[in-house]
Amino acid sequence: MRTVVCVKYSLDVGEIRTDPSTRKPILEGVPRKINDADKNALEEAARLKQKHGGSVRIVSYGPLESGAVFNQAVAIGADEAYVVEDSLAGQLDTAATAFVLAAAIRKLGEYDLVLCGEATIDGFSSQVGPRLAERLGIPQICYARKLSVEDGYVVGERDLEDGYETVRAPMPVLVSVTMELNIPRMPTLLEVLRAKKQVHVWKLEDIGLSRERIQEISSIAPTGLQGTVMARKEKIIKDKPATDAVEMIVEKMIQDKVITPRAR
Amino acid sequence: MRLMSEQPIAILVFSEDRDTMLELLAKSREKADETHSESSVAVLGEITEDEARELGSCGADRAYLMESQDLAVFNVEIYCNVLSQLISEVKPEVILVGGTRRGRELAPRLAERLGIGCVSECVDFEIEGKERVVKMQRIVYGGLALTTYTFNRKPALATISPSLFQKKTVKGREVKIVKVQAKLGTSKLSVAELRPKERSSRKLEAARVVVDAGRGVKKREDLKLLEELAEVLGGQVACSRPLAADKGWFSDWIGISGKKIRSDLCVTIGVSGSIQHKGGIRDSKAILAIDSNPDAPIFSMADYGVVGDLYEVVPALIQALKKRL
Repeated sequence: MRTVVCVKYSLDVGEIRTDPSTRKPILEGVPRKINDADKNALEEAARLKQKHGGSVRIVSYGPLESGAVFNQAVAIGADEAYVVEDSLAGQLDTAATAFVLAAAIRKLGEYDLVLCGEATIDGFSSQVGPRLAERLGIPQICYARKLSVEDGYVVGERDLEDGYETVRAPMPVLVSVTMELNIPRMPTLLEVLRAKKQVHVWKLEDIGLSRERIQEISSIAPTGLQGTVMARKEKIIKDKPATDAVEMIVEKMIQDKVITPRAR
Repeated sequence: MRLMSEQPIAILVFSEDRDTMLELLAKSREKADETHSESSVAVLGEITEDEARELGSCGADRAYLMESQDLAVFNVEIYCNVLSQLISEVKPEVILVGGTRRGRELAPRLAERLGIGCVSECVDFEIEGKERVVKMQRIVYGGLALTTYTFNRKPALATISPSLFQKKTVKGREVKIVKVQAKLGTSKLSVAELRPKERSSRKLEAARVVVDAGRGVKKREDLKLLEELAEVLGGQVACSRPLAADKGWFSDWIGISGKKIRSDLCVTIGVSGSIQHKGGIRDSKAILAIDSNPDAPIFSMADYGVVGDLYEVVPALIQALKKRL
């Protein structure tokens, strides 16, 4: 089993603050973290390796200096990480990201399984997985909540609106995983420190690409941003007995015409 | 295939989910009228004559039918093969794909095949000026902002969430049916089984009041308490992702990865308020949050809140509401 896991060093959207005067999000200085569902992909890759042998390699397209944090990702269960650092990363569309990841994966050589998270916490488009599968010319199994490998086939159970769908595809195949698939392990500090040597940083040129080429691939660009946060009343009652608290809240909601009392 | 029509085809709609297809046709009709062009729809698999007629009354000028039995089951690769051939022939300016989970995995694969851009969960779009430049809007960062994207080539592709728009019927409006043959191609993917989920017949997206259960609700039996609250308020009970996807108490969940509600009142119970979940309830007019943790992020987006044990607060709330409503 030669597994490649795609990992994003995402903006930690839970930490984004809004400017109260413009209501726009403040995007400078937002901390980043390894994308949540990508950790599930890493955990699954580690378990598959334990069961079937083989290798686990990480590829990422990230901003400058982002390679330095990938020892955290390696420590969850990969052998090595290859991070394509570029100041355009995250600035272009999903087509550009898939294009770079595909080039990085091809440079790594043959593979059986490509894993990624079902979505990233910052972009949340769920596009890169299917785009990457198409570019690599392999089948895709998206939203897998269960995964197994038997006789050269990958079997995944997909969580869809109308049911759980079990699909099979021969390897190589791309699978996007949900956060219900497993509970990612927490590596120890020692494991994280040790993994430092396993992180390799590439530039676009190292995978045969240029900034001009990936800008050509990108076909949409953000041209406007508008804050949408609604002002909330934030009338929060604490340290009161439940019966008093709910009386106050019900009264307030009636005053604000959120609920309509019965005519007396 | 020779499928070009005289008027430019502005918009082509596709969804494997019929309800969503008809909702998207309403939006497509509106935009086609604004831009003096045609609204069209691609239908894969067999449909009845009545169903075909309904496409016209719901807003399609033209319907491309691909009536193969092999299209009865959704296979992302086969659907991608067939749709990409149709799109290359029809040359629409905008393609709207229903944002079901199947649609959300199909659209980016299709976009990659065609070498075009794609906006996920688009909320509105324009075809602007003489150049007919396509711009689309999308909610980003878990609901903190609305971003506009401009396409530098066409067609422009978007997925649109189910229930975002409403189906509109104009009786007697006719649709031109165009039967299409396309190469299905092959797929290495095979669907072995579909275990159906029990689905609520009531649409959560249309509910006026939603009682939103979170991880603070410990046992499945406790949902009875929430049902009782929903009944008093005339609403329905839904949940956050862990209760559905992990525990299987519900078939679907509220959040960016699930359903987005637009209720008059949303009462969250034991919901801590992850950014993903908040993205699903942010369009509610009023939010009442009940949780034991005073620092839970949910309180920062609530209009009303009670910090306390839900097993004390909810019964008290039911009593208080029963007295007044």
